[in-house]
Amino acid sequence: MSILTAPRLRRPGTDWPGYSLAVEEPLRLDCGVEFGGFTIAYQTYGTLNPERSNAILICHALTGDQYVADPHPLTGNPGWWTTLVGPGGVLDTERYFLICANALGGCMGTTGPRDSNPATGEPWALDFPVITIRDMVRAQKRLIEHLGIDQLFCVIGGSMGAMQALQWASSYPDAVFATVPIAGAARHSAQNIAFHEVGRQAIMADPDWSGGRYLTLGRSPSRGLAVARMAAHITYLSEAALHRKFGRNLQDRNAVTYGFDADFQVESYLRHQGSTFVDRFDANSYLYITRAMDYFDLAAEHGGSLPAAFAGNQPRFCIVSFTSDWLFPTAESRALVHALNAVAANVSFVEIETDKGHDAFLLHEPELFATLRGFLSGCAEHRGLTRFWT
Amino acid sequence: MNRSAALPRDVGAPERATVAPAVAELRRDLRLIADMIEPGARVLDIGCGDGALLAYLAREKEVDARGIELSQSGVNAGVRHGLSVIQGDADRDLEAFPDGAFDVVVLSQTLQATRQPRQVLEELVRIGRQAIVSFPNFGFWRIRLRLLLRGRMPATELLHNSWYDTPNIHLCTIRDFVALCDELGVRIERSLTLDRHGRPYSLDPRGSLANLLAEQGVFVLSGKRTKPGTDPPRAAR
Repeated sequence: MSILTAPRLRRPGTDWPGYSLAVEEPLRLDCGVEFGGFTIAYQTYGTLNPERSNAILICHALTGDQYVADPHPLTGNPGWWTTLVGPGGVLDTERYFLICANALGGCMGTTGPRDSNPATGEPWALDFPVITIRDMVRAQKRLIEHLGIDQLFCVIGGSMGAMQALQWASSYPDAVFATVPIAGAARHSAQNIAFHEVGRQAIMADPDWSGGRYLTLGRSPSRGLAVARMAAHITYLSEAALHRKFGRNLQDRNAVTYGFDADFQVESYLRHQGSTFVDRFDANSYLYITRAMDYFDLAAEHGGSLPAAFAGNQPRFCIVSFTSDWLFPTAESRALVHALNAVAANVSFVEIETDKGHDAFLLHEPELFATLRGFLSGCAEHRGLTRFWT
Repeated sequence: MNRSAALPRDVGAPERATVAPAVAELRRDLRLIADMIEPGARVLDIGCGDGALLAYLAREKEVDARGIELSQSGVNAGVRHGLSVIQGDADRDLEAFPDGAFDVVVLSQTLQATRQPRQVLEELVRIGRQAIVSFPNFGFWRIRLRLLLRGRMPATELLHNSWYDTPNIHLCTIRDFVALCDELGVRIERSLTLDRHGRPYSLDPRGSLANLLAEQGVFVLSGKRTKPGTDPPRAAR
């Protein structure tokens, strides 16, 4: 049980590699709060062309960050989409200017509950306003305006990133030429809210969470956060993938021990996932960002009509789902396709066969790469982007 | 700010032009359909396969080309080639489109594989100002002869599957099709009957001769708009 016991502390205010933008003018958040004086941390790859027409905004998932193709500053692991980003890659840095910002409420440089509340000088903790996916997108819009970009060539993301991509298309259709929501949905399902609630309760049940004030008190709810991650991680995989990877194999032993150590490889794997996660993620950020996903419901913003969320001028869409994704199943993507058909939007939809579950969008999935490459190339042609624009 | 240059290159296939199969490879019946479509039209091809017709139309006629295809490989091929294709089928995925969403809706060699051909036909003329439908004629003399002489389910070049694994569950003759159009009040604007080689006959599609000699029929249809006066949303970009 050792992996869940050692409390780890990270110091707020760490200087993260990359760029940051200080936003002074307040954002009006969905919860009603005027939120000003915050920071957006972001990374860029490639070069913005003189017409400023080749920018792709990459939106990260729940526990992702802006280090798309850089080593993670805390873990040293390669960026989460290094498979896609690079010269000649699907997200071709010789053709596109890639931007990825840490989401509002996050813990990798963009202002979140870990950072200092100017009113008290202490970490915000639960005094941080509850944010939504739309609020995250509003903050990203500020960044895009700051960069002098009127229209993004593309907004792309998986999971929570897909939600943000859809929100962009709905809120700022003229500011987006193409949208690629991968393994996403137009709303968070009851089952997904339920899983998030389990994670949040695990964090809040950890005595070290201390009502959210763990940083002020010098504590760390690592055990709760690790359990939250373990539970969530199962939902990112599939029964078939877990079986293929671990089966009932035992961990460094020949027989079960009739105890509660990690007898099975799958247990050991999950414990590892939990214990490494707490080194890089803030427990309160996890509460806030899961909440933002729970509140996401594009149709609800438009009187219950999903087509109404995409009325008017729409960007081009490429919607991707995975056969074994039970967190954001294909049915969710198909509902989205039907809503877009209802407004005659230009939409492509591909369901990719894989046993890798929800996490497939982060993994080596050649069909995904080929789909994205084809879609982006087609859009680039329509948008008049050449590969060697220099 | 240091930008990592050491990025992987082994990402999918090399850069490719956004064009699908060459013009010469376009099937003759598809070519006939393509010739019926005005440049710049909004076109939906249902059961678009690998997107050959769409790619041709997009390139040669600058149409706003969309497709629906059941097979994942077909959809992926289309999207890989820069076409707008959704995975779906005629039975399930037409309902969502608004009236008159397209100038032309194409259903090529697919009607006989739908679960509800009657409803599909109604949907086609609802969502398209025109619908172009082609299908194999089960009244073709070779088919009649094989059934008569051999007593086995007939197989032709167009209908080559065995009875137990054929996707063609609702076969009809040209006469059957015309009767259904009449019943539904669907207007036949134009029709072509094609021989075994995809060459058009100059035969009246309502006549017995066409029903006997043609291996397939191509029909241009239109129907009444269900909600007259409503402006369909224009397809975007």
